[in-house]
Amino acid sequence: MAGMYTTHMHLPRMVDMKEKVAEFWQEEASLSQPRKHTLQPIVTGTSVLGIKCRDGVVVAADTLGSYGSLARFRDISRLMKVNDSTIIGGFGDYADFQFIMKLLEQQTIDDNVVGDGVYRDAPSIHNWLRCVLYNRRSKMNPLWNTIVVAGRDFAGKPYLGYVDKIGVSFTDKSVATGFGSYIAQPMMRKAMEENPNMSVEEAKRLMERCLKVLFYRDCRSLNRFQIGVVTETESSISDPISAETDWSIGANPSGYE
Amino acid sequence: MAVLVDEGYQTHPTVQHRFFPYAQNGGTVVAVAGEDFSVVGCDTRLSEGYSILSRDVSKVRKMTKSGLLGCVGFHGDVLTLTKMLDAKMKQYKHTHGKDMSCEAMAQMLSSTLYYRRFFPYWVYNMVAGIDNNGKGCVFSYDPVGSYERETYRACGSASAIIQPLLDNQLGYKNQSNANPAPLTRDRVRTMVRDIFAAASERDIYTGDEVEISVIDANGIDTQRFPLRSD
Amino acid sequence: MVSLAVDNMLVGKDEPKGFLFENCRRNAFMAKQGVTLPKARSTGTTIVGVIFNEGVVLGADTRATGGSIVCDLNCEKIHYIADNVYCCGAGTAADTEFTTRMVSSKMELLKLRTGREGRVISALRMLKQYLFRYQGHVSAALVLGGVDVTGPALYTVYPHGSTDKLPYVTMGSGSLAAMSVFEDGYKVGMNEEEAKKLVRDAIRAGIVNDLGSGSNVDITVIKQGSVQQFRPYEVICKKSERQGDYTFPAGTTAVKSSHDMVPFSALRVTDEEVMEIS
Repeated sequence: MAGMYTTHMHLPRMVDMKEKVAEFWQEEASLSQPRKHTLQPIVTGTSVLGIKCRDGVVVAADTLGSYGSLARFRDISRLMKVNDSTIIGGFGDYADFQFIMKLLEQQTIDDNVVGDGVYRDAPSIHNWLRCVLYNRRSKMNPLWNTIVVAGRDFAGKPYLGYVDKIGVSFTDKSVATGFGSYIAQPMMRKAMEENPNMSVEEAKRLMERCLKVLFYRDCRSLNRFQIGVVTETESSISDPISAETDWSIGANPSGYE
Repeated sequence: MAVLVDEGYQTHPTVQHRFFPYAQNGGTVVAVAGEDFSVVGCDTRLSEGYSILSRDVSKVRKMTKSGLLGCVGFHGDVLTLTKMLDAKMKQYKHTHGKDMSCEAMAQMLSSTLYYRRFFPYWVYNMVAGIDNNGKGCVFSYDPVGSYERETYRACGSASAIIQPLLDNQLGYKNQSNANPAPLTRDRVRTMVRDIFAAASERDIYTGDEVEISVIDANGIDTQRFPLRSD
Repeated sequence: MVSLAVDNMLVGKDEPKGFLFENCRRNAFMAKQGVTLPKARSTGTTIVGVIFNEGVVLGADTRATGGSIVCDLNCEKIHYIADNVYCCGAGTAADTEFTTRMVSSKMELLKLRTGREGRVISALRMLKQYLFRYQGHVSAALVLGGVDVTGPALYTVYPHGSTDKLPYVTMGSGSLAAMSVFEDGYKVGMNEEEAKKLVRDAIRAGIVNDLGSGSNVDITVIKQGSVQQFRPYEVICKKSERQGDYTFPAGTTAVKSSHDMVPFSALRVTDEEVMEIS
């Protein structure tokens, strides 16, 4: 009875699951009905960055919606003010992010209708988003986004959370999604080590530096971005701005050999 | 001339970008049961691929005043599973008017895991605490609910390099004339700390900080120590 | 055909040049049957180079990994090519080691033949032509730097044989973390200290943010007529001190019988033979 239960502990392996998932998709592909799942992202937004500072939280994202390698939409906002205590930023499929924004808007309206002044703080929005994203992944029909939740909790303390399309979620002093996690996260971590008590203004300047470097190195980014700030009293998202770039080293002799 | 490079020998197969609902987020948990206490240690690194997602995510949480749960594996499932368990613990408390015992918690966790046998929670669990008789206890699990009571166990990314060390140091394996002295809280705590320092030298998914909790009749005492951050 | 190759090796003449491919078909067949082939040790690695006003600074971390396990805590990734040329290697450890060693010997021969110090570009050509020949199967990703009659030169070589010439370069799994430091802090015409500091920051970014990189920062500074090596330049992560005592009491190791134990002093040389080991 090979493969049946044996006296030693049977440990399922990740590769078993990989085979199972591959089978699932093969079956899925053999069906002749139209697909109703997000199989891959279509119009995408790149990195979202967030950092916690002394008197608030700062979050930033550029305004590009890429269609593959085409810079398709150059003026879309990937930051959303949910309420006075929370801003979210979306990475990944923009249609899925718009769907999430719609859900949140409706939720805010429903809360307001009650009229008791109760609102959701950043941790509860973060938690709710995690449930939505995890449930969709469990149905093998994911919302293809990583979302950064920036805001404050009911006690007024700065809060910064991260949740991805399979429901991995955590909070930290600085978070970054996509390419930003390779390029900007090292910069943010270093800046926080050197200056653990950063002010909102300093954090904004840091964001500009990070987005500039991302613009240099991330082919799916744009030098046009918004910065959102949540402080003790309010949350606001800036109009799109640009960083001053320096291409002077391009004039130096270079080549492939 | 024969074609030497066959299909199965290509280094760059066509990449198929398909949704995969799991991730490996690393981390290690070690638990040891003593006579009237138990000790659980975990690192605080959360990672994916070659990136560190966070340096400050504990893998051990308090379930009752004398029971801890350590979980590593896919962090999305860890969060869902622990939320489920929290709800079940609360229900139990409201129904029976007391905290769940470690033995009950162990059985309940097993059932919860097996419930998802064919779409498993990709989580390696460990329950540690004080049992109904006031003795230290450790229960370890596989992701689909098979479990066993043990005196010491390592699970997670560095388990394969830690378990043999525990076998030698706490199981006195491969030691002749060994004279097993009863375990003390301090000795186990120190050993767990050293084990994590050693594991973080060699396992890239273990590091940043080690969080060690000692559970006994007086409650839970938790301490943190730094590990390598590279 | 197989026996021919073996015969040639035994006889030692007309040896086939380069790699032997006789097991390729077998390996491909085995892979198809689901056999996993052994994994080579790789250097996940952060390696970088930067040009400053007098020369080139090369930097590397010192971690080598095999899967998720660290194989070597302090490996050397800055390889000698010639007295004025050094090369950092990322990728499969054996490939970087042997490729740079081969080019190093070729550069030495070139120097003896021409009676002049070799140029960086010669080493670059040798590397890229060699790597291109093997279509990426020799997985060496390199940062080549040096100073010759034309001044300082810095290149990257990709495993498929393409190359880049730039004033600051990074390679390996930590290349993005390191590049963020360069893009943020590079200035044209830096002095030696500024360049070393920048390289140190770049490697540190790789060490602490990339799990494939770790341990120490190694730095090599190449100037006209001089090379300075710092190994390590800085230790980023130290092992914490052991808190407990784990010495085994005497008698812990099992012994079949005390009769078998011969005291060292009782050993006497009765016959000896010198063996050639190289």
